[in-house]
This record gives sequence, C-alpha cells and structure tokens, in this order.
Amino acid sequence: MRGRTVIAGIGHTAYGKHPGRDRVSLIVEAVGNALVDAGIEKSRLDGVLVKMANSEPSFLYGQRVAEALGLRPKLGCSLDQGGAANIALISYAAMAIEAGMAEAVVVCYGDTPRTGSRAVFNRPRGDEAIYGWYSVAAGYGLIHQAYRHTYDAEERGFGAVAVTCRANGARNPNAQLRKPLSMDEYLASPWVVEPLRRDDCCLVSDGAAAVIMTSAKLAREWGIRALVPILGFGQGQESWDVQHRPDLTSTMARASAETAYRMAGLGPSDIDVAQIYDCFTIAVLMTLEDYGFCKPGQAGPFCREGALPFNTSGGLLSETGTPGLQLVIEGVRQMRGTANLQVRNARHCIVSNQGGTMQTHGTLILGAPG
Amino acid sequence: MSELPRPQIDEISRPYWEGLEQGRLLYQHCRSCGHNWLPARQTCSACLSTQLEWLQSRGQGRIVSWVVYHVAYHDALKDRLPYDVTLVELAEGPRVLTNIVNSRGGKALRIDARVDLAIEREGDMSLARFRLVEDAAP
Repeated sequence: MRGRTVIAGIGHTAYGKHPGRDRVSLIVEAVGNALVDAGIEKSRLDGVLVKMANSEPSFLYGQRVAEALGLRPKLGCSLDQGGAANIALISYAAMAIEAGMAEAVVVCYGDTPRTGSRAVFNRPRGDEAIYGWYSVAAGYGLIHQAYRHTYDAEERGFGAVAVTCRANGARNPNAQLRKPLSMDEYLASPWVVEPLRRDDCCLVSDGAAAVIMTSAKLAREWGIRALVPILGFGQGQESWDVQHRPDLTSTMARASAETAYRMAGLGPSDIDVAQIYDCFTIAVLMTLEDYGFCKPGQAGPFCREGALPFNTSGGLLSETGTPGLQLVIEGVRQMRGTANLQVRNARHCIVSNQGGTMQTHGTLILGAPG
Repeated sequence: MSELPRPQIDEISRPYWEGLEQGRLLYQHCRSCGHNWLPARQTCSACLSTQLEWLQSRGQGRIVSWVVYHVAYHDALKDRLPYDVTLVELAEGPRVLTNIVNSRGGKALRIDARVDLAIEREGDMSLARFRLVEDAAP
C-alpha cells in the first residue's frame, strides 16, 4: 500500500460559528474547496465517505451528502467511530482505490454543535446518570486521574500540551481561539470535572473539512502537483467503555501505530512532526506514549522539552474542536511545505484520530511529495 | 425541579435493581468459564456462553479512579456539588461507577483505597453507593 494512494486536495470552511447553516451545506463548501485545491472537476469523484455527525447520528447520511454534492458515486457510506472515523475512512478509501473500486474519493465531515446543540457533550451517561455521571469530559477525567496517580505525573505535563497547542493556534490566522495560554494561566483555570481544568478541554466548533484521495498514478496523469503520499495507516479498537476497561492508561492506539509503522516501514524516530488528537490533554500524553515517542508516564516531560513538534495549527484545543480531519489537513500542509508553522525539512508526519472515550483509534502516516 | 434520568430497567437488568431493593449487590457469573461482570448482558463476553447466573457480591472493593463535579449538568445535581463519581472494582472483578458517601467532596479519595457497599435510597430507588473503610481514609 505504501505511497500508492495520495491526498490530492484539502479543503475546509471557516472554523467557529456558522449560525443558520446546515451541516451538509458546510460539507459541500469544504468539498468544493478541496476540489479547487486538487484542481479537478467534481465529476471525477466516484467515492463519498462521510464521518457521522456527532451531534445528530442519522440513517443513510453518506447518501444525503452525496446527493447534496450532486453525485451518484460508486462508493458511499457514513461511518460511526466517533473521531477516529476520518482516518478509518481514509484507510478504507486507500484500499478501495487500490482494489479498483473507485478512482477519486472524498472523505469529509461537518457539524454545527457550537451554534446548534451541545447536548451530546453534556449528556447523561446511561444507567449511571442517577449517580451524577454526566458529560464526555468526565470519562476523560477518570483516565486523567488514573494516569496522574499511576505515574505521579505533574500537572505541568498536561499543561504543556495545552500551552503548546494554544501557542500554535495563536499564530494560525484561521484558528478559532487565538489567545495564547501561559502555564500559570493553565494552572489557575477552573475545574470542569476535576481533575480536568477548562484548558484541558477542546473547543466546541462549527465547521467542515474534506480531503480528496486518488492513486499516485492517476494524480500524475491528471497533472495534480501537490501529491502527499499515504505511507501507512492502522486502527485499534478498545471496545469497552471507560469504566469497564481493564487498563486506563494505555489503549489500542499502540496496535494502531504498530500497524501504520509496519506498513510505512518507519518507526517513531523517523517522524518529524505529529498531529495528535487533543480532545483532552490526557489523550495527547497517552498517544505519544502508545506511539513509542517516549516511555509510559514520560509524555509530560517529553512535551515540556519540545522534543517533537506537534499540533502545529493548534489542534482541537485551539484551531477548531471539529473532530479530527483538520489534523490530517495540517499534516498534508506540513508535507507540502506550506504550513503556517512549517517544520523545516519535514519528511514524515504522523496523525492520530480517536473517538468516544478512547474506544476507537486511527493512525495515519503521510510522506513528503516526490 | 426535574428528576434525573432513571435507569432503563428491562428483563435483562431487572435482577440487579431488584437485588439492590433487597439490600444485595448482585453481579453476573458465567457457569461455563467463571467470568464475572456488570452491567447485565445475556451472553458471556469471555467464552460467549449463555449459561449465566446472578451471584451476590461481598460488597468489598477498591477505588480505581474518580472525578469530582464542580458544575451541575442537571438541575437535580446542583445540591450535590461538589460531588464525586468514583470507579470501584469489586473484589469479585466487576467494575461499577458509584458515589463514595464519605468522600468529603472528593478530598478523601485515593487510588486503591478500600471501600464497602453502602446501599442508599435515592427517591424511590436503591443505589449501590460505597463507603471508604475507616482505616483507609487519610
């Protein structure tokens, strides 16, 4: 698979608030931008793969998006994996293109939880709601707490993730939150669900994003210049909800990364820049460890040292809280050499996506063109 | 003030909730492979058997993790603030989310602290809350 499929176009809407906009119309706008970026006609698209909208799961959603795009594609579906679905769909698109099922596939997502309903984030959590078990944040709070105690991890390690993402976002003109954060401000920020502080938690955002994929061979025939090869991908499913999971401080992200590294023929030391799913700061620390960048319990100091550039456009904590495709897009920019905070001579970028309370995980490794 | 959402009690989970009404914490046990678990399901996730039975827990466990709410996500929770939701592993193996009745707003909680079952009434329901064992409290 290595390098045989490419990301040929990227597009997104403005991030933040889109009052009055339907989420499907946002997706159409993002796909339109990706088509312009790739320099291909809409009629080339024969695959439309859509991540389910977090705030309103629905039947035949992939077909509704394809209809709005005016397409009758060969491939079409929506996938529910929470935030891991973007990379999962990219990997399925790569395999479908390789198998000859489709030539040009768009993977896309859009949602409007900021101006619409945030109920999904604040929801009662099943039969335990009567004990006061509410919100997405609380599940990550259990993991954060267990990690903190297992490794005697200092708060500044979590803070380093928030400070880094906010600093990068502050320098991104398209970021939703452009206010940098100091470590002192992080440590003083109020509890949401203790041990999670306000600044451990990502943004809630309206917006849409899209990437267009094709084979390396076709992309060259079509004269697309900025081809970013897909070198490897993997997935890992944790399955159990957080309270029934035997180990809270490591997930199947480890298996996901191992699959992607093996496909790419690369290891952690070959990675120049990372885009790590940062719905909550704990997710970044655990992903860096499961990806082999540092030992268990050492990701906090690793982030404080600035040993690896990550979330160079600000991530979910600063650029946009939309779940995950923006990280792939920033990875593509880094490989093209067109990122706002470009890492010099970056040849390999790793991207993580995850969903639920870390039930799902996807890993993508991108390479530089040529 | 509206009430908290009630548990979805169905044929599968009814023995659990009826057990609490009678002052007993029940969990499911696989007669085929010995696996123990909660919440209720119709098949064993370890060996896929349907030969299941309900057993009574001794009501002893340890704290795996916890969170403390400082913001109420429902009106009915405002009077509880600050309150803990704690993950407890029973000695028999199953894990449950619960509240610790003597957590002092979460301040008394520690990983691996020993807890004992302390069933409490909440409206017209019985809930499986837990109490820190005296000598485990700081």
